Amino acid sequence: MAYTKTKIKDLVDGKIDRDTLHTMLSTPKDKERFQIYLEILQEQVEWDDPIILPLGPKLYIVQRKSDRKWMIRSQAGYDFCPWNENWKLHARIRVRNTAAQMEELYPRLMAPSPDWQVIREYFCPISGDLLDVEAPTPWYPVIHDFEPDIDTFYKDWLGLAVPERT
Amino acid sequence: MNMQTSVKTRGIVRGGETLKEHRDRLMEATKRTKHYAGLSKMALRDAEPIKYNKLFSRLRAGVVDARETAKKIAASPIVEQEGELCFTLYNAAGDSILTSTGIIIHVGTMGAAIKYMIENGWEENPGIRDGDIFCNNDSLIGNVHPCDIHTIVPIFHEGELIGWVGGVTHVIDTGSVGPGSMSTGQVQRFGDGYSITCRKIGENDTLFRDWLHESQRMVRTTRYWMLDERTRVAGCHMIRDLVKEVIADEGIESYWKFAYESVEHGRVGLQARIKAMTIPGKYRQVGFVDVPYAHEDVRVPSDFAKVDTIMHTPSEITIRGDGTWRLDFEGSSRWGWHTYNAHQVSFTSGIWVMMTQSLIPTEMINDGAAYGTEFRLPKGTWMNPDDRRVAFSYSWHFLVSSWTALWRGLSRAYFGRGYLEEVNAGNANTSNWLQGGGFNQYDEIHAVNSFECAANGVGASAHMDGISHAAAVWNPEGDMGDMEIWELAEPLVYLGRQIKASSGGAGKYRGGCGFESLRMVWNAKDWTMFFMGNGHISSDWGLMGGYPAASGYRFEAHDTRLKEIIAEGGTIPCGGDTDPENPTWEAMLPDARIKRDKQAITTEAMFKDYDLYLNYMRGGPGFGDPLDREPQKVADDVNGGYLLPRFADSVYGVVLADAGDGMKGVDVAATEARRRAIRKARIEESVPVSDWMAGEREKILNKEAGVHVQQMFAASFKLGPRFEQDFRAFWNLPAEWKLMEADLPIPSYGREYSMDISELPDVKTVQFVEE
Repeated sequence: MAYTKTKIKDLVDGKIDRDTLHTMLSTPKDKERFQIYLEILQEQVEWDDPIILPLGPKLYIVQRKSDRKWMIRSQAGYDFCPWNENWKLHARIRVRNTAAQMEELYPRLMAPSPDWQVIREYFCPISGDLLDVEAPTPWYPVIHDFEPDIDTFYKDWLGLAVPERT
Repeated sequence: MNMQTSVKTRGIVRGGETLKEHRDRLMEATKRTKHYAGLSKMALRDAEPIKYNKLFSRLRAGVVDARETAKKIAASPIVEQEGELCFTLYNAAGDSILTSTGIIIHVGTMGAAIKYMIENGWEENPGIRDGDIFCNNDSLIGNVHPCDIHTIVPIFHEGELIGWVGGVTHVIDTGSVGPGSMSTGQVQRFGDGYSITCRKIGENDTLFRDWLHESQRMVRTTRYWMLDERTRVAGCHMIRDLVKEVIADEGIESYWKFAYESVEHGRVGLQARIKAMTIPGKYRQVGFVDVPYAHEDVRVPSDFAKVDTIMHTPSEITIRGDGTWRLDFEGSSRWGWHTYNAHQVSFTSGIWVMMTQSLIPTEMINDGAAYGTEFRLPKGTWMNPDDRRVAFSYSWHFLVSSWTALWRGLSRAYFGRGYLEEVNAGNANTSNWLQGGGFNQYDEIHAVNSFECAANGVGASAHMDGISHAAAVWNPEGDMGDMEIWELAEPLVYLGRQIKASSGGAGKYRGGCGFESLRMVWNAKDWTMFFMGNGHISSDWGLMGGYPAASGYRFEAHDTRLKEIIAEGGTIPCGGDTDPENPTWEAMLPDARIKRDKQAITTEAMFKDYDLYLNYMRGGPGFGDPLDREPQKVADDVNGGYLLPRFADSVYGVVLADAGDGMKGVDVAATEARRRAIRKARIEESVPVSDWMAGEREKILNKEAGVHVQQMFAASFKLGPRFEQDFRAFWNLPAEWKLMEADLPIPSYGREYSMDISELPDVKTVQFVEE
């Protein structure tokens, strides 16, 4: 089942109608979605370096036009690191590890106990956008959560040319 | 002279193989060819696709019909209201062909029991004949927890075995140390209650009298137990009859081929779906849950179990270019002295329950998916224990919390491809479990396990909020049940049932909220209850900027004088505990003894009439930055009781304005300014990750963390050398830094010594995963 760009944009914008949503959930996936999705996202960002893979609502792997390097970039335009590294190590972090900090998010008693669990917020250094939240125990290493095999994905799974990478 | 001769006897499987020969041949061919049973071609499906699909549709419909019909026999609301049952059809080797709706984790668990019978010579002793009935609930060979009772019936055609059918129900009590089916008071399996290992309990379709007399007195809730058994037997026999009808119509050859090709079909289908929906690569995530046993209200028999610990499951999903995948759980915690351990089959089989809700939403749920997946569960971990003493009665405590991390991993793939409709930030920790027992309103020995938490909050998606008070991962068809039915089943009156505000994790799309029920004990005698859920830890992280769901707490009130207060026309607690930070019920109960704290796991406490118990069902995690949430939706959440008003400001940066009729709207300009201020504060209050790491490293070097945190890492290091190496490398720790359980000031029984069930005489266990 294929969908128009308008319908996929509705999905991206959180405004998809229920009938189309049901069809999307209950029928085989539309392989061409990826390219239409990239087009939509590209139109929504203020820079024109091509998006290779979206990692979050405001986080992307992009091909930097100036040097053809693949970088992990925030919506606001901050380049964290090369695409295959852990971008969180290059972000700003705030750790909630007191009851008072937890109770800004949850009512007392419904918040995690900070000596068991902390909340780590990773921000874009330019915009202050919250790009990821981890909630591990104290001492826990920063998780490198996704290492995509983009070459295989593009070439073998989607039949697309792999964008140049230096 | 004695002469030893080998006399080849004819086996019971169609064609003359023994069950063992049959399974061995299939497994050898599977291993050799990488296709299930060596089926590199699916002859029936390719040659007669319509017949193949007809067979599938008829059998699947019949299995679902059997479930729907049989559940009406049960009296237990767990089965009749919540639908906690499932029927599965197996081929002769014990591999599932298809399954009904319901608690489909048992697609694998009953198969594990059949395979145990095959591998341990049940064919010779006690013998397997047409009309036999077997019963199993042994978690050491694959069951999830002892309250899931399996009835297994072989299916014969013209005197030869052609398959099996299994039925399972979640019974309300197993005669464990505490009442209720998932009790907390025991720390070893011997306290888990009645344990049955693939026992022949009937022949000629009739249950043995010794079984009936023994089993009914091994549990507290005899009536429910007996009717549940009739439910299972009836469903199995309906499906056996169906198979015979199908064979009469379509021929045994077609059925026989279908019974094996369908498994290969399931395997290939998984691979195709992985390629259609995900992105190759590596995905890493982790889950935690708290086991707060040092508290005075956790009364267990053994001092060595009176410790606070954290259960930990890191996971790495590897998706390869050919659509195969591997799930590795290196670094997971050791099994523990509590009831939250799990068998490898329940851990892996349950993952299919989860995957059927996103990756493989097909009616063909069978063992094909398991054959298409490589699992690595290190031996000795909580989900692959190496000791036959471990208890299992609430294995779900961590099963749910460790699987929710896998949702997040796969959701990164769905998000990357634009399949936002499939993204799910995770599921709720499916608790609280209200359990207990004593004498009920009908003056009978009774046990309760409220299944209201079959309706928790769902995690948010990438395009919409999670659904509130709607679902539990372990039963895609779960329901909170009718209050009137629960009041019939339990001596507990409802004083309220409402949405649990702020229980869903915040985000651009928020997690679904749970709900809460306030129950008053009424007409009970010698009554007890306890709590079972997460408290100190929220086991469900958010995704891509979304926050975790709220964690749990308990509220119980004793000596309330409610009888007098009602007689005097006073105000009594009702509805929900809307804001636990500003509680209102205490003032209505000035003389009551109240427990309101983070101790969300307890053991049996005494309750009497007019005492109160709050049953709080958790919410799901959020997705995306809460500052990107449409402001009006935040106002709608406040108006609808999903969000406490102060969090509109502190979490969402939304300044509410009066909208008339007591409702809230949005002050748009003030909201924009507030959001700008929060973003600025985020940058000012945060530090570069490298700076934070330097400080955290110092804490690690100085061992600055609770003993429960240190124990968690030490135990994971011991079982997961790679996890320890990665930890050391990440924090750049010197070689002399060591963290050993033996050095911690708490006992760690089980650390060095263990004895597996396979070490018992004449026992051959079946290994389903890489260890």
